[in-house]
Amino acid sequence: MTQPMARLRRKAADNLLAYAFLAAGLACFALFSWYPLVRGIVLSFQQVNFVTDPWWVGLDNYRALFDDPLFWTAWRNTLVFTGMALVLGYALPFAVAVLINEFRHLTGLFRVLVYLPVMLPPIVSVLLWRYFYDPGDGLFNTVLRGVGLPESQWTQSPRTAMISLVLVSTWANMGGATLMYLAALQGVPGELYEAAELDGASVWQRLRHVTIPQLRFVLLVLLLLQIIATMQVFIEPFQLTGTSSPDTITVMVLIYRYAFTVNNDFGLAAAMSVLLFGVLGAFSALYLRLTRNAD
Amino acid sequence: MTLTAPPPTRVTPPATAPARRRPRASGPRTLISAADLHRHRVAYLVVLALTLVAFCLVFLFPLYWMASGALKSPQEFAQNPPTLVPHTVHPETYATAWDSMRIGRYFLNTVGYALGAWLVQLTVAVAAAYALSKLRPMFGRVVLGAMLASLMLPAAALLVPAYLTVTDVPLLHVNLLNTPWALWLPAAANAFNVYVLKRFFDQIPNDLLDAAAIDGAGRLRVLWSVVLPLSRPVLGVVSIFAIIGTWKDFLWPLLVLQDPDAQTLSVALSRLANTSQVPPTQFLAGLVIASVPMIAVFLIFQRSIIGGLSAGSLKG
Repeated sequence: MTQPMARLRRKAADNLLAYAFLAAGLACFALFSWYPLVRGIVLSFQQVNFVTDPWWVGLDNYRALFDDPLFWTAWRNTLVFTGMALVLGYALPFAVAVLINEFRHLTGLFRVLVYLPVMLPPIVSVLLWRYFYDPGDGLFNTVLRGVGLPESQWTQSPRTAMISLVLVSTWANMGGATLMYLAALQGVPGELYEAAELDGASVWQRLRHVTIPQLRFVLLVLLLLQIIATMQVFIEPFQLTGTSSPDTITVMVLIYRYAFTVNNDFGLAAAMSVLLFGVLGAFSALYLRLTRNAD
Repeated sequence: MTLTAPPPTRVTPPATAPARRRPRASGPRTLISAADLHRHRVAYLVVLALTLVAFCLVFLFPLYWMASGALKSPQEFAQNPPTLVPHTVHPETYATAWDSMRIGRYFLNTVGYALGAWLVQLTVAVAAAYALSKLRPMFGRVVLGAMLASLMLPAAALLVPAYLTVTDVPLLHVNLLNTPWALWLPAAANAFNVYVLKRFFDQIPNDLLDAAAIDGAGRLRVLWSVVLPLSRPVLGVVSIFAIIGTWKDFLWPLLVLQDPDAQTLSVALSRLANTSQVPPTQFLAGLVIASVPMIAVFLIFQRSIIGGLSAGSLKG
């Protein structure tokens, strides 16, 4: 009779202790992750003015979004950015990793070099490239002039602004993907190449039929990561072209603009965030599923 | 790609760096065989040299341009075509930038935020991971699941509600704007840290902990004297990523640190770029000062960082 009671009491004490250890973590997650998720969704149906309490407006925020031409521009720009960043930021690291992996010398140095820009604070990369992009005597135009090519307005022309943003972003971020490809390439069994070669496969065929299928999983995961990351692009358009340029305004910049600059409309910004979350949540769920199963 | 944290996959303990450098001649077989490479030695060396030049030009030269540009006189900087090596060297530009742009203040702010974020993140994550891994409370799996689910939330989606939370914390009704806690507390809600630490703690045999308990050590003592010393490698990886993360962060500090006196170096540089008429050489010096600690961290902890990334990546 007393023994089960004592065991129960010990179990309760153990649980209490465990939750004491968990308390700080639970509080932080509750305050800055779980509660904001709920509040964000609620907020998207509300109007906030900080004088009175928030009031319900139903779908008004969403309607206002769909009526705002900037909303569509921001989504189009974001998709263009993500698309170009996929072509560049997805293919380039792969090509670079395959190339470096063939080298028998200096591989450590190559890794350090390609990862160096990743370590810079992103705002530094962007502000540095602002000097390169300067339409007057910027470094890029000086070089173009030097080799007799036409100069460009870079970030200041609607035609080249977006690709300019993609270029900085790729430069600053490609190191991470490159290192992950390199790690994966080390895991490709050498016998497969051996066998393919015996069967008369050329280098390209080996790349096509051995390397790429072997890296399929990593390629897929990095595709998802790249989509999730680039759809949240902020610093590049914010700093290089500002929050009001319709040529480069992106979803994140528009959220910032709704909430913190022009409108100060938190409900509108929350509605936009919910839509972004809806799109990205699908990719994130897929990513988590894939990587959890890999364990 | 903007990887703020390494992907939450298998940083299985101990996260020691895998062989960073491949053995020279007899490495594992790759796309092109060693024999073929040897036969086309000249072509190989040419491609290697071209790649080296391209890498230096693309990844190193911008940094050199930044650091050397800050050393030039303002007249020389404005000169066209630009000079490759500064004709006159003005290291005092760095000192001027440190004072006149108040880089010193922002630098110290950022150091303080980074150290605090490191301490808070580590304390919160270690305690939570220890509880989930070794104390195994009721609903522990639910708690871990709820934490991991937050990895699915893009930071962007929480921006506005998290900002409102900081301006008026529920229940406590305090305003954390322009205080370090506005950076530290949200950073502590990091599921990646909890997950990696828990996975590592799971590998520590319970017998070891029981032995310590029999010797009279309490739960806290076991954590401090047995678990933590064994966990140095993983604590190192988490620490490095915590510090780098704070140093590189921009959007969140931009929102919650609007008072210039409280700003991080990144936010201050962005503000100064938009508002003030600082001479470009001084501004470049500011950019260099913001980069140096990160590059130093990278060069010192290269192995852990690259190893952590590689170990965190995925085998197909």
